[in-house]
Amino acid sequence: MAALSSPQNRTLISSATLSRRKGRIVYRIVLTVVLVVFTLVFIGPLYWMVTGGLKSASEVVANPPSYFPKHPKPGTYHTAWTQLKLARLLFNTLYYAFGALLFQLVFDVAAAYAVSKLRPVFGNVILAGMLATLMIPSAVLIVPQYVTVLDLPLLHFNLIGTPWAIWLPTVANGFNIFLLKRFFDSIPNDLMHAASIDGAGPLRTLWSIILPMSRPILGVVSIFAVVNVWKDFLWPMLVEPDPDKQPINLGINSLSQGVPENVIIAALAISAVPTLLIFLLFQRNIMSGLTAGSLKG
Amino acid sequence: MAATTVPENTTKRHAGRPAGPDRRGERRGLSRKVSANLQAYGFLVGAVICFLAFSWYPMVREFIMSFQDKKRGVTSWVGMKNLDRVYHDPFFWTAWKNTAEYTGYALVIGFALPFFVAIILNELRHAQAYLRILVYLPVMLPPVAGGLLFKYFYDPDYGLFDHILKTLHLPTSQWLDSSHTAMISVVIAATWMSMGSATLIYLAALQNIPGELYEAADLDGAGLWSKIWHVTIPQTRMVLSLMLLMQIVATMQEFTNVFVLAGGNGPENSTMTVVYMIYQYGFRYNNLGSAAALGLFLLLVLVVFSGVYTRLSRTSEQDG
Repeated sequence: MAALSSPQNRTLISSATLSRRKGRIVYRIVLTVVLVVFTLVFIGPLYWMVTGGLKSASEVVANPPSYFPKHPKPGTYHTAWTQLKLARLLFNTLYYAFGALLFQLVFDVAAAYAVSKLRPVFGNVILAGMLATLMIPSAVLIVPQYVTVLDLPLLHFNLIGTPWAIWLPTVANGFNIFLLKRFFDSIPNDLMHAASIDGAGPLRTLWSIILPMSRPILGVVSIFAVVNVWKDFLWPMLVEPDPDKQPINLGINSLSQGVPENVIIAALAISAVPTLLIFLLFQRNIMSGLTAGSLKG
Repeated sequence: MAATTVPENTTKRHAGRPAGPDRRGERRGLSRKVSANLQAYGFLVGAVICFLAFSWYPMVREFIMSFQDKKRGVTSWVGMKNLDRVYHDPFFWTAWKNTAEYTGYALVIGFALPFFVAIILNELRHAQAYLRILVYLPVMLPPVAGGLLFKYFYDPDYGLFDHILKTLHLPTSQWLDSSHTAMISVVIAATWMSMGSATLIYLAALQNIPGELYEAADLDGAGLWSKIWHVTIPQTRMVLSLMLLMQIVATMQEFTNVFVLAGGNGPENSTMTVVYMIYQYGFRYNNLGSAAALGLFLLLVLVVFSGVYTRLSRTSEQDG
């Protein structure tokens, strides 16, 4: 019945209640209130940030605050860009994010493919060990991880200050392995057999059969890989102490001392642009990825 | 190492079979199996090395470091000294109290609010996509940008929040500058920044509830609240309890928000969390052994907590 009246599943309040006069009025009121409140609460601060970057140094700290910049000064954005070296910081962030993405895609996809389709002896034990890391609170591991990066076991490399310190630890991501493995499991094994009868090795099968079918999940993993690097704070603060090598999230915080408020706010607005753009472009994939890992109630 | 055990496995499986003319074929199959396994391990090796270096080995090392001290490049075993030192730190209990306070506030605000918002969004027939994007927008903001922005809003001299309160003739607040309100101010900012992901997860769970259940409740004459209580909550219980656990574990590890918003310890150490204290020990006082020891306390508390929690939720599921 619900399917007939609308594609949406039936919820708390029935369509019949809503179509009554009183129901319609209440619904209109609730909808309007929600739209106004949500727009104010979630867009309001962003509006304040963008316009704050256009205000002068004195207007930004004026009491009472002004809702519109009196004499918009786009020059503040330029000052923020040069003074806080935002181009450098943005480049660093991109470099870390896409490096991490590359390593995660190559290593995590290969590992998930191995445990899902090639199924070597002890594969399940290794998988269990990878998934078990999801239970360990990450803050607990910060100290030993730092020591490990300081002096890599066996090889004795010091990774501090190098991008490797950010790239490699992101591969050890149990959640990625979990998502990828579950997706690969849903691809029928018959396709694998058919490929191997045609003489394709495991690498060829992965490349020509599994990967093209896995685009949705690869998209989800990629977005999360990029966003996680973009949002990380404590770890890059520890392993990239040089302000010139820091990602933007951290660099703004370390470089913001002694800089006028309006310049910082302009810098914040600039730093928000890339991830917000990623989100608006890929919001469908992000939303589906968010629920891909959760359980059905 | 693992590869060498492969022949054993295969021979065991065929142990009962008499040796006969097909033995050669079997050996060929066996070597093919070994090479297939080797190939599979080849695919695994990159990830396994990363897990070993950055996850499995650090876990072991966390324990080892807690009982070690490093002075002038010489590492020595010191037994319980590190654990003893952190335990008797004058701020040990302050940090735990603040962490519990943060988690408590985060549950009252950060756990209930997204569920409430998700229920409302699920009822609306219009603008769903727009509202969903709105709620998730702050999640995509770099946390430092969100944090510094809120710090600006909280300012008692020129901040927007006190201005709004004043216009509405409500009492203003010192927000981050007072030890009484610093922690709740951090939680409010953190909730704004992160509630989007929880909301969307709840929304997905709500949309999976079969509509017939609500129709049946309607026929029984159930009101709005009793429908929420008897249908919505039981139907989303799995997600709710999982998210509750995840949120408690996550909020007990709070660092970034108190660091950016309150400069770490906050006025009169009112926002000093356990993880901030770990950071101070390890990277301010350069005492990694004590930092690891404090981490061990945190691990212990979280493990005991999750254990008890899973136990409780399992028994309550059996009862219900």
